[in-house]
Amino acid sequence: MINSLFLISHSGDIFLEKHWKSVISRSVCDYFLEAKEKAGDPENVAPVLQTPHHYLISIYRGKLFFLSVTQTEVPPLFVIEFLHRVADTFQDYFGDCSEVVIKENTVTVYELLEEMLDNGFPLATESNVLKEMIRPPTILRSVVNTLTGGSNVGGTLPTGQLSNVPWRRAGVKYTNNEAYFDVIEEIDAILDKSGTTVFAEIQGVVEACVKLTGMPDLTLSFMNPRLLDDVSFHPCVRFKRWESERVLSFIPPDGNFRLMSYHVSSQNLVAIPVYVKQNISFLETGSCGRLDITIGPKQTMGKTVENLTVTIPMPKSVLSVNLTATQGTYTFDLTTKVVLWDVGKLNPQKLPNLRGSISIQTGSPKPEENPSINIGLQIQQLAISGLKVSRLDMYGEKYKPFKGVKYVTKAGKFQVRT
Amino acid sequence: MSSSSAFNEEKGGSSSVGEPEYGHDPASGGIFSSDYKRHDDLKEMLDSNKDSLKLEAMKRIVAMIARGKNASDLFPAVVKNVACKNIEVKKLVYVYLVRYAEEQQDLALLSISTFQRGLKDPNQLIRASALRVLSSIRVTIIVPIMMLAIKEAASDMSPYVRKTAAHAIPKLYSLDPEQKDQLIEVIEKLLADKTTLVAGSVVMAFEEVCPERIDLIHKNYRKLCNLLIDVEEWGQVVIINMLTRYARTQFLNPNINESLLEEGGGADKTFYGSDEDEDEDEEEKEKKAEAAAMAKRKPYVMDPDHRLLLRNTKPLLQSRNAAVVMAVAQLYFHLAPKAEVGVIAKALVRLLRSHSEVQYVVLQNVATMTIKRRGMFEPYLKSFYIRSTDPTQIKILKLEVLTNLANETNISTILREFQTYIKSMDKDFVAATIQAIGRCATNIGEVRDTCLNGLVQLLSNRDELVVAESVVVIKKLLQMQPEKHSDIIKHMAKLTDNIQVPMARASILWLIGEYCEHVPKIAPDVLRKMAKSFTNEEDIVKLQILNLAAKLYLTNSKQTKLLTQYVLNLAKYDQNYDIRDRARFIRQLIVPTEKSGALSKYAKKLFLALKPAPVLESPFKDRDHFQLGSLSHLLNAKAGGYQELPDWPESAPDASVRNVEVPEWTKCSSREKRKEKKVEKPFYSDSEGESGPTESADSESDSASGSESGSEGSGSASESEESGGVSVSEEEEEEEEEEKKTKKRELKKAVQESESEQSSEEEDRKHERKMKQQKSDSESESDEEEESESESSQSESDDSESEAEVRKKKKAAESKPPSKPAKRETTKEKKEMSLLDLDDFEPAPSPQVTPVNNLFSNSLVTDLEGLSLSEAVLLPATITPSSVLKSYELLHRITGEGLSVEYCFSRQPFSPDANMVAVQMQFTNSSASDTKSLHMEDVKLQSGMRVKEFPEIESLPAGETATAVMGIDFCDSTQAANFQLCTHTRKFFVSIQPPVGELMRPVFLTENEFKKEQGQLMGMNEITEKLTLDAKCRNEHAIVQRVTTAANLSRVPCGSDKECRFAGRTVTSGSLVLVTVATREEGAAQLTINCEKMVIGTMLVKDILLALTQ
Repeated sequence: MINSLFLISHSGDIFLEKHWKSVISRSVCDYFLEAKEKAGDPENVAPVLQTPHHYLISIYRGKLFFLSVTQTEVPPLFVIEFLHRVADTFQDYFGDCSEVVIKENTVTVYELLEEMLDNGFPLATESNVLKEMIRPPTILRSVVNTLTGGSNVGGTLPTGQLSNVPWRRAGVKYTNNEAYFDVIEEIDAILDKSGTTVFAEIQGVVEACVKLTGMPDLTLSFMNPRLLDDVSFHPCVRFKRWESERVLSFIPPDGNFRLMSYHVSSQNLVAIPVYVKQNISFLETGSCGRLDITIGPKQTMGKTVENLTVTIPMPKSVLSVNLTATQGTYTFDLTTKVVLWDVGKLNPQKLPNLRGSISIQTGSPKPEENPSINIGLQIQQLAISGLKVSRLDMYGEKYKPFKGVKYVTKAGKFQVRT
Repeated sequence: MSSSSAFNEEKGGSSSVGEPEYGHDPASGGIFSSDYKRHDDLKEMLDSNKDSLKLEAMKRIVAMIARGKNASDLFPAVVKNVACKNIEVKKLVYVYLVRYAEEQQDLALLSISTFQRGLKDPNQLIRASALRVLSSIRVTIIVPIMMLAIKEAASDMSPYVRKTAAHAIPKLYSLDPEQKDQLIEVIEKLLADKTTLVAGSVVMAFEEVCPERIDLIHKNYRKLCNLLIDVEEWGQVVIINMLTRYARTQFLNPNINESLLEEGGGADKTFYGSDEDEDEDEEEKEKKAEAAAMAKRKPYVMDPDHRLLLRNTKPLLQSRNAAVVMAVAQLYFHLAPKAEVGVIAKALVRLLRSHSEVQYVVLQNVATMTIKRRGMFEPYLKSFYIRSTDPTQIKILKLEVLTNLANETNISTILREFQTYIKSMDKDFVAATIQAIGRCATNIGEVRDTCLNGLVQLLSNRDELVVAESVVVIKKLLQMQPEKHSDIIKHMAKLTDNIQVPMARASILWLIGEYCEHVPKIAPDVLRKMAKSFTNEEDIVKLQILNLAAKLYLTNSKQTKLLTQYVLNLAKYDQNYDIRDRARFIRQLIVPTEKSGALSKYAKKLFLALKPAPVLESPFKDRDHFQLGSLSHLLNAKAGGYQELPDWPESAPDASVRNVEVPEWTKCSSREKRKEKKVEKPFYSDSEGESGPTESADSESDSASGSESGSEGSGSASESEESGGVSVSEEEEEEEEEEKKTKKRELKKAVQESESEQSSEEEDRKHERKMKQQKSDSESESDEEEESESESSQSESDDSESEAEVRKKKKAAESKPPSKPAKRETTKEKKEMSLLDLDDFEPAPSPQVTPVNNLFSNSLVTDLEGLSLSEAVLLPATITPSSVLKSYELLHRITGEGLSVEYCFSRQPFSPDANMVAVQMQFTNSSASDTKSLHMEDVKLQSGMRVKEFPEIESLPAGETATAVMGIDFCDSTQAANFQLCTHTRKFFVSIQPPVGELMRPVFLTENEFKKEQGQLMGMNEITEKLTLDAKCRNEHAIVQRVTTAANLSRVPCGSDKECRFAGRTVTSGSLVLVTVATREEGAAQLTINCEKMVIGTMLVKDILLALTQ
């Protein structure tokens, strides 16, 4: 399926290659680099490219291209999903998935890739299984290993490989048994010029951090599971139970994982936490324009809006901006022409405002379009859809775990058209 | 190892040099960067006795490989370490070997013996990795060794090793394709493997080695479907894709009828309105659709295996893995009935929130789907709205989807949305938007003018690209109705002064030329201007100028003759030969000379022929002939190794091939059976139609058992209380007996037979039914408790009226003399079939279909067989263990003077009458002489009870046994049925008294339904008892077994393992019986029974208590 993998840096440097079948010369990447040149923006490189003898399927993650080469028919999503899983694994192992980190850990990366694919077909992708075979590098362990000659590679088959709960290894032990769940919701919305909602929906995830001894069997139930319109689960969740009782019943993986992601239907009215009053205009003559943005709270359910940011990608012909913010600071990136206004906490008594003038390259015509405004925000202790966890029960183990649920609402792709 | 001493002597020096480097990660420094002399160092380190040195060296070498540096000259030094004790060193050596073995084949052979040893290691990980590396070494000489190793590993104890063997198969195949036959044998063997670990890998091997050997799948089809949910994600993708292809060859097109119906997604639309409980809705819809289809058209019946696949893949739509979701989506798109495809839309829309690469692929597929099934995605229109932050390629795909989704109702919203897109900074995207507007305009007549006006406004846009694109689109739109829009053409003519984009200029010129008659004044002037700038134009514009000149010359030669000559002369000396050619051609054609041929007469016709308006089509049209989700679909070109998605077969191939362990003799019979099936299609239609809903795992599984009996049975339930009812049923029996005389020797009475018999009495029955209805009405007034029951019976009898209609038709078909012998044959075969099924289902019979019965119509059997299997699948824990049927003595050998009779409750639906309990009797003649004409007489019953006698047994030779089945309607009571058993010489008084557990039949309920029903049967109807479980009966399995032995109930799926639930209905009245056994600590348990019939409830409590505590 997957013949080879090349890791290519943002600048086009091929810094790692791995082949699972016969070696394919790295010159095959030239087709990709050419396409990358053409596309300009790395996001615009087509994920699937056809070359005379190979197919190139790539993803762009953390300023890196993961480029896989295949010679035969394979579902493209299969490869894409796998590459993302590889990137996730790196993230998991090294805390980051960047060129520097991967170069630092080339051998571990290579060992991981060797285990993850066999002859191009995924062999072990479950992080729990991998971690038993190749232990993540820590400073302590590398010191110990140098002294004792020990290795980072496990000698027995990970228990997860054979069990029917491959995501959990046997014999986990903790002194403090704890299970934390974060309900994180993101509002995706498009507001039009007048502030009316063109489209809005809520997407949520339940992230879990479970550190429990033994083989606990957890049941998480919601006060209002009917809200959830569409869900997808970590493989550990018993789908039957969800279908019949709308509870999440599962034997959790060890550590951090995403338990489920859900979608709250757009039919339910989505609360929009802030409103934006904006006026961006470019004058017909004189190559300048004006900008005036005010943000105020709308439906915040009595909570404070925090980490408020406003991002405005300006037209390419804009030279500079001269703005004043009543709260927070703003920056203007000269190369990308993006205005970034970091507002901070939203104070309902004194609404933050950003105003000033925009200067445009002399001679260039008035920009046809107005830039759209992207909002970022965070509200603690609130799930905007109203979803609430009612209880968490544990079966199968005797001890009493410490449990906690946290709610956060964030702005996802929250865009105001102007 | 005496490592320390050796180390001190020899390597002391070098290691101390190397020492300080160890702290660093080898890859970080540039130590090895390009200095090949360093390799000597590495060699030395590899030769050392210290593992840490070796490890260090290997790490550096692997880092070199990773960077793409050549490290092949180290091969001899590295290969020596293949047997190193340190597992990390060993693994890194493996990495090196696999990378370079192909280049250094001879040296690679040195390592082989190590792997061969490794293959016999007691540690499964070592066995597996030895096989992995051995099979990855691409050296042709070792092919036989690999083959042997694979064969051995394929029967290894450890599933992990077997999985590795499956992985090794494609490796060997690519190394030496001549091994194919042997490899197929291994694949066949591994396909039969029952562990989930192996399933995905072996199907992968199958796909790479022998995707054409679809026959290997038959026997494993059901197993694969059942295992699917537990297979790891990657395996799921491969299996689902393979099964899609398989299903396309083995099942009939479920939409075969749909294609006859009207197109358009009207039905779909309402369908998606509801968001919650969609599943239920869907099933209802499906049923309705099916019912409607049944009434109107030739019936299509989904193969239960087909249904099994659809049902087992559906939960996977909730997978976190986008590839799995896509695989299921394409499976539904290619295989599911139209009404069910909708479920995938939501899941696909969900994927749109994933990484942009995932979005890209999903949108491509959605674009293809929207062309075929627009309705499916309409509710999610807004999810395809474009954000300015989307990458361009995503924007363009979303635009494509939006365009495909546009229809009369939503076009205004879409156009408004498009308007905002036109203002975008992304010019490629704007151009695509304009194209999209054009397509909307062509597809939806109502908005054509609006679109056109909007596009004309764009002509005054500042951006030239926008204008140019608009011109091109307008040109296409105008071609549809040019006469109305001459002012637009004039407007565009003016644009030629400003627009520089060649394509746009060419389009304008073509428009003016084509419709020069609409703008007679402007056209020559445009030509004049163009003639002036001719030499500076782009080639496509020049060609259009020539065209314009020619057309004007033909229509308006007075004004343009000279201009045309001028242009043609200019073109004659153009650099481009295309233009020179065109000029010569046009001159010959239009300018009359003495030599000009016949063609010039037709010049006008040639140039000004009516041209068909271009069709603005989606680039995704017809892409669905590629399997969706595949690489080939994405590229719209066949990729290497792509397996074509076959067309549906005209008629279904033999379904029995999927039966596991078919004895040889049945193969032919099943083939015959298939023929028969075709002949008698209208005949089966009814029973099959009824089994449709059952198949969809609905609670009304009972309706399948007796298609015809539902009608009268419902009545007789209410009859039981009425005195008049008895006479009616007796009448019926008489009629039946008459029938029997006419068809004397038919031992096995099949369903359809009794059907025919009843249909002949159609008139009478209608009358009867009316009476019954009245009765049940009166009852409902008198007794509240009975109300629900009588209601249901009423509705049932209503149904049956329409059924009767169908049956009438059938009767006509049946009564044709030639079909009769054929029928008899089928009944015989039916018996064989059912026997066969018995074999098949021994491992996991579902409660409804305990095998023994030979009274089934075979279609029913096959339907149910699928059902039973699939149920077992869905609820792996709920398999009811096939309890041994308890037999009772009816007549002892001594009192019976040699004739002994035993009976048991076979737990089969008694097909002639669903309201009767089937009693299977076994006659054994242990006397010295034959017993003749065994039959029953003088039946004494409590009021309301009825008996269907077993057919007379003519003779039972000495020492032989015979079985017969009779039906008794016990009227939901445990009163005995008394009758006389007669032989040719004697009569014996006997009586049959049923245990209460046999007065019910199992029904399939989901957990939710169960809870709902239980909620309605509280208070008086609920009986709770505490008990202590028998020591042997503390596990779930034992409880299930004991309860199902005590009572004919079916297990209800339950999420908690502390509770077992069972459900059934009483045979006569169909009252629900719900049983819950909740277990506590230390064998304590609580038994709860909910039943409308309190008497039954109390008796059942006693029986089950007894069963669980002893």
